[in-house]
Amino acid sequence: MPIEVRVPTILRTYTGGSKAVETTGATVAEAIDNLEDAHTGIKERLVQDDQVRRFINVYVNDEDIRFSGGLKTELTDGDVVVILPAVAGGSA
Amino acid sequence: MLTIDRATYDAIVAHARRDHPDEACGVVAGAAGSDLPTRFVPMLNAARSPTFYEFDSTDLLALYREMDDRDEEPVVIYHSHTATQAYPSRTDIDLASEPGAHYVLVSTRECGSGAGPVDFRSYRIADEQVSEEEIRVVDSYTDADVAQPATKE
Repeated sequence: MPIEVRVPTILRTYTGGSKAVETTGATVAEAIDNLEDAHTGIKERLVQDDQVRRFINVYVNDEDIRFSGGLKTELTDGDVVVILPAVAGGSA
Repeated sequence: MLTIDRATYDAIVAHARRDHPDEACGVVAGAAGSDLPTRFVPMLNAARSPTFYEFDSTDLLALYREMDDRDEEPVVIYHSHTATQAYPSRTDIDLASEPGAHYVLVSTRECGSGAGPVDFRSYRIADEQVSEEEIRVVDSYTDADVAQPATKE
């Protein structure tokens, strides 16, 4: 069951330049594992200590997964996963 | 080099003054590949902090979706430093995620919310490397700016 994953500019080095790739998985964690099989190295940029990295946002059908179960968020056929790095910084 | 029109430059400075002493942040979107910042989009600093900024995650998704629909890119990503110089901090460099963007920093440490001088500077940040670039402020973009976008270097 394909899940569409939208990849931000900075991670397109892992997807051969593609803006969107397809993967499978019953949860976001599984989808990221399957993404890693096809695009080695991408998982480390997304996940740390079994959590989405602090400055990476992952959305499933427009909802930030921090508010819907994190990496355990369930996926179904046709879901769209959007990955966006935080736009953040500051003098601290 | 960053080419930017006067009205957009002034809008960024006004936003920085208005939000002082918290950091202000936003983007100026432009047509993909044009390297011309045309659509000023001030963003809420979800951190509401004098030393940190972060776009709200829901606003961020809406912004990128809107830019996608309009075939735009974030040509400029700006924020203010309110007690330090207009130079990228370690945090700014670590978190920079748009290697194609012009990172604009405005320092309001001298002017605060008032009318005093601001420092307005622009950088490229890619692969943890910072390079400052010249800024050319124009009254409006000419056909030449549109036809021959400034090079990325």
